[in-house]
Amino acid sequence: MAAEPHTTGAGAAGPNHARRFGAIWVIASLIATPLVIVLVGPILPPGNGSEQASGHVTDNTVLLAMATPVLLLVVIYLIYATIYFRQPRGAALEGPPIRGDSRVQTTWIVITSVLVLALAAYGTVRLEEDGAGSGAGANPLVVPSGPKLPVQVIAQQWTFTYRYPTYGGVETPHLELPVNQMIELHVTSLDVIHSFWAYQLGVKADANPHVDNVVFVKPTRLQTFEVRCAELCGIWHGEMFDHGHVVSASAFNIWIHQQEAAFAPATKVLPPYSKTYLPEPTRRGE
Amino acid sequence: MSLLVKKLIVVGAATIAVGVLIGLYVGSWATSMPQSVAAVRSSERAGTGGNRLTLETVAAIGPKYSPAHPDWVSYLVRSGGRWVHSTIYTVPAHSIVHVTIYQYDGDSGLRNPFLAQVQGTVGGTMTVDGKRTNAIDPEEASHTFVVSGLGVFVPLPGVPEEAKNQCEFAPCEGAAHRTIEFDIRTGSKGRYRWQCFVPCAAGWLNGNGGPMQTLGYMDGFIDVV
Repeated sequence: MAAEPHTTGAGAAGPNHARRFGAIWVIASLIATPLVIVLVGPILPPGNGSEQASGHVTDNTVLLAMATPVLLLVVIYLIYATIYFRQPRGAALEGPPIRGDSRVQTTWIVITSVLVLALAAYGTVRLEEDGAGSGAGANPLVVPSGPKLPVQVIAQQWTFTYRYPTYGGVETPHLELPVNQMIELHVTSLDVIHSFWAYQLGVKADANPHVDNVVFVKPTRLQTFEVRCAELCGIWHGEMFDHGHVVSASAFNIWIHQQEAAFAPATKVLPPYSKTYLPEPTRRGE
Repeated sequence: MSLLVKKLIVVGAATIAVGVLIGLYVGSWATSMPQSVAAVRSSERAGTGGNRLTLETVAAIGPKYSPAHPDWVSYLVRSGGRWVHSTIYTVPAHSIVHVTIYQYDGDSGLRNPFLAQVQGTVGGTMTVDGKRTNAIDPEEASHTFVVSGLGVFVPLPGVPEEAKNQCEFAPCEGAAHRTIEFDIRTGSKGRYRWQCFVPCAAGWLNGNGGPMQTLGYMDGFIDVV
């Protein structure tokens, strides 16, 4: 959009503002964007606790890198206009009429469309690689190759428990995962809608009753990570918080066998492992 | 002062007054808590430091304790020789507390059978009517006493349907009941929430509304001091 020639501002004989502004913006973008990628990118959430979390960091870095020139365009233009297009003190001039400029409008529409469509394509590709740590439903479109350790996440008001079907179906209130092993999480709920959120692992998946929500995650370092419910689910929603651990393969083997022994009495009365449960009774409820 | 200004002042003052009253009401409602009841020190229990917490669970709290919700399922605590309607209990830090629960409600079963196993008590066991056990039949559960922060999970079996002299309203002394006893280690100071995991709120969606979501009934705090 272009303004009418400004009789009291920079006149026709003044500098070529478009060229000068464009040069400032391009130079600023060329300097700032790499700096953002190098300096800010590595500290973006959620960290590098898993392949999926590292993917989120990459995605956030790409988003930030693409947003940086856009932000600079707005900020630099604001500053530039404040300096060069300021109305002189005492000049009570009515705002000049603004006419459309098809070149500017077309350029703006094309650039923003390209940016948005490129990000949509990028996001779709990333999602299809391994689900990006989000719940992919009962039948994920893409399943990572190689061996996977299935772990069931069972949410209920107000706690998470975890079931390991390849270890006798043992259920435990603790979550431990072996490092560098692809984990196949099956997230479900016994009552209302919850959400399983393991922040440092880049995992967040809805826990819905009667739904098996599959998530793939590969922890890449030994760590303690937070587990919390991310769906308002009642009076103790804020207490659905715990810590999980990523341990070595040998430590995991020792731990899981300890769990099998410790919870043998409970395992005896558990229903057979299933992707979802239709828990009974609800005879006091409606 | 013009009439318009006077009217504005009156309307403004009235609006502020109503706002303050609403704020006070909401604040009072949001911060109302059951009274805190301390565990009793007693020399009767050897090896527990004499700390005793005596509770009971009832199918209906009754009009005497809760005129607003007489039909809600609830816990009560013994204090000063009488039953008190509270679910906030104070116990000493780094000590063993002997807990006795008189369970007057019928069974309704656990939503997650995993919680049928006793966890986090001293020895990983409890006694039910004098018999030591480390688990119950999940279908027989009436309530649980679970303090997740202390790792304590205790399932409470229900009174059989065929039992005579079923309790109607609290207090239920003399009615058919189960007696559950166990010891817990309290650990470091802090406020730990506890809850029932059996969906025992009759008439509510999935049995999990009403008393299951209200402090003073099937939820509360253990204040370790």
